[in-house]
Amino acid sequence: MNGPQDLGGQMGFGAIAPEPNEPIFHAAWERRALGVTLAAGAMGHWPGDEGRFTRESLHPVDYLSSSYYEIWLKALEKLLIRHGFVTRDELVAGRALTKGTTPKRVLAADAVAATLAKGSRYDRPIEAAAKFAPGQAVRTIHDHPSGHTRLPRYARGKHGRIEAVHGGFVFPDSNALGRGEQPQRLYTVVFHGPELWGRDCDPGLEVSIDAWESYLEPV
Amino acid sequence: MSMSHSDHPHDHDHEHGSDLSPTAARVKALETVLTQKGLIDPAAIDAIVETYETKVGPRNGAQVVATAWLDPDFRGWLARDATAAIASLGYSGRQGEHMQAVFNASGQHNLIVCTLCSCYPWTVLGLPPVWYKAPPYRSRATIDPRSVLAEFGLTLPLSTKIRVWDSTAELRYLVVPERPDGTDGWSRDELAKLVTRDSMIGTGLAKSPTSKEARP
Repeated sequence: MNGPQDLGGQMGFGAIAPEPNEPIFHAAWERRALGVTLAAGAMGHWPGDEGRFTRESLHPVDYLSSSYYEIWLKALEKLLIRHGFVTRDELVAGRALTKGTTPKRVLAADAVAATLAKGSRYDRPIEAAAKFAPGQAVRTIHDHPSGHTRLPRYARGKHGRIEAVHGGFVFPDSNALGRGEQPQRLYTVVFHGPELWGRDCDPGLEVSIDAWESYLEPV
Repeated sequence: MSMSHSDHPHDHDHEHGSDLSPTAARVKALETVLTQKGLIDPAAIDAIVETYETKVGPRNGAQVVATAWLDPDFRGWLARDATAAIASLGYSGRQGEHMQAVFNASGQHNLIVCTLCSCYPWTVLGLPPVWYKAPPYRSRATIDPRSVLAEFGLTLPLSTKIRVWDSTAELRYLVVPERPDGTDGWSRDELAKLVTRDSMIGTGLAKSPTSKEARP
């Protein structure tokens, strides 16, 4: 979706302001927000892609005026309500009022180290031969889906070159919407800076994205 | 822009009792409801937080880079199969399942961003800093990386080409900065101390052995 998350090339956000010796967390609640988000995700009821789509579906004003942990928190509440684990009334009351969905699993403290060390892979076997080869010229599609996509607006309808051909990966556009993983081959596609940004761009700049096969057309 | 840490200072000292900030109270309510319903284990939350506060951080990535500087075979492995090479040093897992290392060289500088969210190689760098997740960096890194680098105090010659890697899929990128001159004979641990977090994102270079600056 053309949401507030799609920030590449937008202007007016001001200085980056890196913080010397930045602490890992800036408030105690950020620790809990991180932990609760990961633990709730470990129940296994929604994929990370749905989590991302939920975050970028926050109202743009809300998204852009929230810190990143606030974005996580607001999206997690929506995910938990959508999947029947909690109700809005419970979040307001701060206590359990209903039974709710039974989780597939609950992350136990003694399983945390192994779970985090394992992660979750997103590569999938794929039978179809690669449609594109390294070095090949391609053009990205320039659709504007209202659902989830990982093709940023700045890289839509642009000419680029296949730099690397990867294996199959879970397709976020379908997975985020509950339509299954539908794995597709992934490519690293590199663009010449001025193709993306016009004549004022540093002519030596190259920018790459990782693009699923259906994001690309032969030239 | 309110995604900067400095814009929500009220959360710092209001973490207990009735002084909870609205956001802290909201998190507490959520955690309480989930705990009462048996959906989360608060001790698991503690363990997750402890992992990223004490075990997983940019020290891991610095060991990877220092090893690549010392061992050409490892460097080659890192270039071909970064996930396996990094795992051989003991670093694997969440947000590092599919790693790719990119190598700075004379005349070639690499910079990592996630314009669409906050994708970041947790296994080697830990949790991303606030600025990495905030709109100023995400909006400018692909269109004007030189101005971004300048804000980090890094001005590259115009003859140095910049390559920006936008992490749009599940590949997670680690920049391998160039080894500083004057470090012949240094041990892996000595070299690792020169490898800053920012040098592995591309917003900095490895520290010079004579430098006293200590940007994290």
